Amino acid sequence: MTGKPKLYYANGRGKMESIRWLLAAAGVEFEEQFIEKKEDLEKLRNGGDLMFQQVPMVEIDGMKMVQTRAILSYIAAKYNLYGKDLKERAWIDMYVEGTTDLMGLIMQLAFQTADTKEKHLALIIERATTRYFPVYEKVLKGHGQDYLVGNKLSWADIHLLEAILMVEECKADALSAFPLLQAFKGRISNIPTIKKFLQPGSQRKPPPEEKFIASVKKIF
Amino acid sequence: MSGKPRLTYFNGRGRMEPVRWLLAAAGVEFEENFLETKEQYEKLIADGVLLFQQVPLVEMDGMKMVQTRAILSYIAGKYDLYGKGLKERAMIDMYVEGITDLMQMILMYPFSAPEAKEKSIESLKERATTRYFPVFEKVLKEHGQDFLVGNKFSWADVQLIEAILAVEEKIPAVLSGFPQLQAFKVRISNVPTIKKFLQPGSQRKPPPDERYVETVLKTFKK
Repeated sequence: MTGKPKLYYANGRGKMESIRWLLAAAGVEFEEQFIEKKEDLEKLRNGGDLMFQQVPMVEIDGMKMVQTRAILSYIAAKYNLYGKDLKERAWIDMYVEGTTDLMGLIMQLAFQTADTKEKHLALIIERATTRYFPVYEKVLKGHGQDYLVGNKLSWADIHLLEAILMVEECKADALSAFPLLQAFKGRISNIPTIKKFLQPGSQRKPPPEEKFIASVKKIF
Repeated sequence: MSGKPRLTYFNGRGRMEPVRWLLAAAGVEFEENFLETKEQYEKLIADGVLLFQQVPLVEMDGMKMVQTRAILSYIAGKYDLYGKGLKERAMIDMYVEGITDLMQMILMYPFSAPEAKEKSIESLKERATTRYFPVFEKVLKEHGQDFLVGNKFSWADVQLIEAILAVEEKIPAVLSGFPQLQAFKVRISNVPTIKKFLQPGSQRKPPPDERYVETVLKTFKK
C-alpha cells in the first residue's frame, strides 16, 4: 500500500475528472484503477466496496469514499483549498455548485443522440455565456483579486478553470465577451501544479469519444 | 429586518424542504417569501438577487445564498450539525449525498407523466429498499448508537428522517424490513425541535399537489 489516494472509475472524465483536477492542483499524487467491463464493477459491488453501489470511489486516509461532492469537499478541506471560515466556504460551495451544474450539462452532451445533440450544445453555450460566466466575471471585477474567494487559491478557482476549458472544447471562443475570465484562465493555468496537469502525459483524461461512451453504456 | 433567515421559494416542498427541516431541527426561526407568479420570479432576476437565476434563495447572515447544498452545508456548519473533524464531516456528506439522490426521485415524481408514475413508485421502492435503507440500517446496527455519525445528532440524521417520511408517504410499509430504521424514526421524531416541526401548524409543507405543480410550471415557463 502506497498511501496515495486510489481512484476507481472508468478510464475517462465523467464524474471523476473534477477529483483528478483537485488532487493534481493540490500536488497530491494518486493511483487509478480503471473499470473496463461490467465484471469489474460487479466485483467492487460484491466486495462491499461501494457504499451505494456506485462509482466514483476514492480510497483515501483509510476510507472508501463515494459521492463526488463528499470526496471533493474532503480533499478541499484537507489541502486547504476551502477558504478560511464558514462564510468563505459558503461562497466556494455556491460557486462550485454553479460550475457543477454547467459541467453536468456538458457531460450529458456525450450521451445525446444525433438529433438532440445540436440543441443541447446550444443550451450549453447559452447557459455558459448568460447564466454562469457573467457571474464569475462580475465576482472578479468586483474585488479585482486574482482568485474568486478570499484572495487565495481555492477549490472554486480550480473547478472554474476546468469548466472554462470544457466549454471551450464545445466552442473555442466562448470566453470572447469575458476579459477577466480570459486573464483568470491564463493565471490559473500557470500555477505550477495545474500547468503540470495540463501537459500531455498527465492523468487528465481526454474528452469522451465514441469508444468510451460505448464502454460506459455496457458497464452500467 | 428581523435577523431571521428569509427563505424565498414556492409554497411547497421542492428543493427548499431540506432547508426548512435543517433550520427547524437546529431550533432556528425563519421567515418565508412565497413565489406565486412568473412576474415575481422575473423581478427577482431583474433585481440581481439570484446568483444563477434560480431558487432556493436563503438570505441569512448578510448573504443571499443559493444552491441547496451550499445553503445546507452552511447551516449545518453554523449550528454544529456537521460532526467534529474532517472525517465525520466526510461521513455526513456521503450519507447526505446518498439520501439526496433518493429524494431526487421523489422531487421529480409530481412532474412526471401520468403513465410513468406507477413505474416511478416501483423504482423508488427498489432503490429505497435495496440501495439506500440497507446502508443506514447497517450503520446503526454496527455502532449501536442513536445517531448516524459520531454519537451526536447531525445533518445526516435530519436528512434521513425527512427521506424516510417522504418515502413512507408513497410506500407506507417501506420500513418493514428495517427494524433499526423504525427505531431511528421514532427516536429522531422525538427530538424536541423535530417533534415541534412535525406538528400541524409548523412550516413543514404538505406533499406537492396539482396546484403546486401548476405554479412551478407556470413560473418557469419560457
